Amino acid sequence: MTVQPASLAADPMVPRRFRVDRAWSEIDGVRSMELRPLDSGPVAFEPGQFNMLYAFGVGEIAVSLSGDAAQRDRLVHTTRAVGEVSRAITQLNEGDMVGVRGPFGTAWPIARQTGRHAVFVAGGLGLAPLRPAIYHVLANRADFAGLTLIYGARSPQDLLYADEVARWKSRFDVEIEVTVDHAAPGWTGRVGVVTTVIDRALAGVDPALVSAFLCGPEIMMRYGVMSLEAAGVGQDRIWVSLERNMKCAIGFCGHCQFGPTFVCRDGPVYRHDQIAHLINKSEV
Amino acid sequence: MQTHGFEEILSRHPVFAGFDGDTLSLMAGCARNEHVQAGAIVYFEGDPADRMYLIRHGDVAVEIGTPERNPIIVETLHPDDILGWSWMVPPYRHMSQARATTDLRVVSLDGACLRRKCDDNPALGYMMFKHLLPHMAQRVRALRLQVLDLYGTASS
Repeated sequence: MTVQPASLAADPMVPRRFRVDRAWSEIDGVRSMELRPLDSGPVAFEPGQFNMLYAFGVGEIAVSLSGDAAQRDRLVHTTRAVGEVSRAITQLNEGDMVGVRGPFGTAWPIARQTGRHAVFVAGGLGLAPLRPAIYHVLANRADFAGLTLIYGARSPQDLLYADEVARWKSRFDVEIEVTVDHAAPGWTGRVGVVTTVIDRALAGVDPALVSAFLCGPEIMMRYGVMSLEAAGVGQDRIWVSLERNMKCAIGFCGHCQFGPTFVCRDGPVYRHDQIAHLINKSEV
Repeated sequence: MQTHGFEEILSRHPVFAGFDGDTLSLMAGCARNEHVQAGAIVYFEGDPADRMYLIRHGDVAVEIGTPERNPIIVETLHPDDILGWSWMVPPYRHMSQARATTDLRVVSLDGACLRRKCDDNPALGYMMFKHLLPHMAQRVRALRLQVLDLYGTASS
């Protein structure tokens, strides 16, 4: 379901001005920033949605919302510097202005999973779009049968939100498995791809109770879905978040067309059984 | 430990759980318990690959090193994983180094003993092949994903 604040519903192409309240480095080349609206109006989004961030004079990109959706006065975005616009956004500091359109797109249906075991599978920066859904489960832990996070990154230095993940891990009511693709001696954690951890993490979990949410490189999600299916999790209980080149964010321009859908409007979060026939095609 | 103790351990292992009693008994004749202290090397690259290890407790880091750089951990193994495949493949030398990252308890099976029994008993050889190959294929698939360096340009 897409949330459209009243102030944006009239013209979703007009950015709203936000001030950078805080900005900080997460890992090499990745920064987070907390934004507050200049108009002091409320902000609202659902976990899994994204905003179009406009670096004035440079351009606009889609960036997922990675903060707590329960906080209605601020937005948090985590961005990796990969191109001209994202580099400009990662160079913003406290007091700088940024244009924001959104939120756009579909959300993780986490609020509808009461009584179920929420399994999050994140790869690399894929943890950022999942974090609002994780916050929701943590805040309402008693409503869920369980919470498992399986998180993979390239190396120990590339683990996003490492301190926060460590805090989650210290809780007795969540299961966190962290793995990296390679590490130097001294790393006492797990080394191996995220998909190899799924079997172990789900041992003892009733697959009929699992609702799984995946975000990361598409090939990781493809193999992750295969591992979940092998563990007995139905495709209608698996959601994935896709990334495409989004421009208008309202399904007009066609840049993000994915088969008969537009990722900006019909995604980025899809139930896997609805796109399984498209996701493995090389040209869609 | 009596061999029937090993038979029981093997029968509970995910890879060998489908083996019949006679086959497990043959394998148990090649087995022994080992304990490795945290930080100790289980085997070095180039060592004779004369054993296969079934991890019962503890963790192992599989490392590859070159003279120009520090070793890199390419895989960690955990309880119920199998360490050491090179005993099956000539020239029976380890292609990596294994280090216990915690105190480690394993059941180790003598590779030469297993090869001899497989040669004498092709049915055992086929069983080993049939059950070990999927496990090896899974590990190869995982390593292929690692080679892709998936997270290099991951999205936010």
